[in-house]
Amino acid sequence: MAVADHKACIVGVGESEFTKWGGIMDRSQFQITAQAIAAAIKDAGMTAADIDGFASFADDSNNAPLMAVALGLPQTRWSSMVWGGGGGGSIAALSQACAAVESGLANAVVVYRGLCQGQFRRFGRFGQGRIHGNFVYPYGLFAPSMFLSLMMRRYMHLHPQITHEHMCEIALNARSNANRNPKAVMHNRTLSRDEYFAGRWIAEPFRLFDCCLETDGACAVIVTSRERARDLDGPAIDILGALHGSGPGWGSGPLGSQNMPDADYASTNSKYMAKELFELAGISPSDIDVAQIYDHFSGLVLMALEDYGFCAPGESGEFVASGAIRWPDGKMPINTSGGQLSEAYVHGMNLLIEGVRQLRGQSTSQVEGAKTCLVTGGLGVSPTSGTILRSQS
Amino acid sequence: MSFFPADMPRPEPNYDDEGFWKNYAEKRLCFQACGDCGALRHPPTPICHACHSVEVTWLEAPSTGTIYSYNVVHHAGHTAVESALPYVGALVEFEGFPGVRLVTNVTDVDPAAMQIGMRVNLWWDDIGEGMFIPRFKPA
Repeated sequence: MAVADHKACIVGVGESEFTKWGGIMDRSQFQITAQAIAAAIKDAGMTAADIDGFASFADDSNNAPLMAVALGLPQTRWSSMVWGGGGGGSIAALSQACAAVESGLANAVVVYRGLCQGQFRRFGRFGQGRIHGNFVYPYGLFAPSMFLSLMMRRYMHLHPQITHEHMCEIALNARSNANRNPKAVMHNRTLSRDEYFAGRWIAEPFRLFDCCLETDGACAVIVTSRERARDLDGPAIDILGALHGSGPGWGSGPLGSQNMPDADYASTNSKYMAKELFELAGISPSDIDVAQIYDHFSGLVLMALEDYGFCAPGESGEFVASGAIRWPDGKMPINTSGGQLSEAYVHGMNLLIEGVRQLRGQSTSQVEGAKTCLVTGGLGVSPTSGTILRSQS
Repeated sequence: MSFFPADMPRPEPNYDDEGFWKNYAEKRLCFQACGDCGALRHPPTPICHACHSVEVTWLEAPSTGTIYSYNVVHHAGHTAVESALPYVGALVEFEGFPGVRLVTNVTDVDPAAMQIGMRVNLWWDDIGEGMFIPRFKPA
């Protein structure tokens, strides 16, 4: 299928080192973010003069107008911030970059996220003026693990065949992929099934290794049109679709309201959007070679496998138990960098970069001949988001 | 003495949820309903999602509800809860109140005995300064 010249593609990626939260103290959060963007510009074979837009999410505090000055952009034509406090906005920011580029309002937009949690607040903690905090804090629910475990319990009630063995498989898959990735925070630490089950409870049904890392780091991705990409040396990765949004009634969703419609309560809030995403891309779930699925919590990955149509409702446990998500032989390896459970938690941006690496043939868990990759944004929140990438070769 | 220590975060009423807390201060568990079309909504919002009316009424829920979901919190997300770990967070539905559910706690229960669908009874926890918070016990 031919892709039109004005359509958006990814031409550059850049990232800082990744450390445990509070680990980067030798330079500022703004600096590591600027360095990640500079690395992405260089990776694209561009200069600052080629960049004219910024898109970010989760109230990223690395101010785009200041970034434009710091990096010496001659003219800015786009800047946007996605509402919502979490990683649901990662691919939403990518979708805004696509909108900017495909409409002609900007030539090349940087999608970025950077955080050093020893320098600023620790993400997800109590005391940040959470929307609807009045309705959860007095009951001792303070952090995402405590909010989303309510959703997970309901999901396991509706589908009693889903067990901790399946959640364990998500965690073990992430860790074994991280063990092959020298950049992963957990590169040198193996994880066994016994260690998973010995992990302390955080908020039942989530144990320690069901929960993502907390990371210092920065990631940046450059989006431009296919027409402009042809003037560059590197391989461009097509964006067949990038969408964000929500079903009805989510609002603060599990993070505060907990009053999503019954039919969608125990879900990633992606069902409707996923269908539209595959229609837009003109392919079906069985065409996806590799996927990076937002793993803030192991169990939400199971839900996503169902909501994105890789298996029927309630069958994700059986799907992962079959080895389907494992590198190298599974039919659709997932979270091949180690994901957010074991590589780094840069709120979905490191998953997007790993998606690009797979389609460039540069992953440390490279899926042979990978042509298509699904990358999701944060799951079970509003907005949530997702994209389908395809290599041009 | 309240279920959690006194330094537990308290509701901080704002423009849009003030009426909700006034009911709690009088030990009335009420959900917000549209004053024109009657649609229920929670958490409180200043306009009706069904008809865009800004008229509001408050409907008192039954004192017995049903567990929609629950968790067991083992990790202290705030220093105030350290002495209370582990505790049960819960989401409760009420008969005759379709589409709304309440985040709360179930107390006086072995966490291992918790089940979705179990019936729970309301009790009012005195958190001081004239404010009460609804929590539940197994029925």
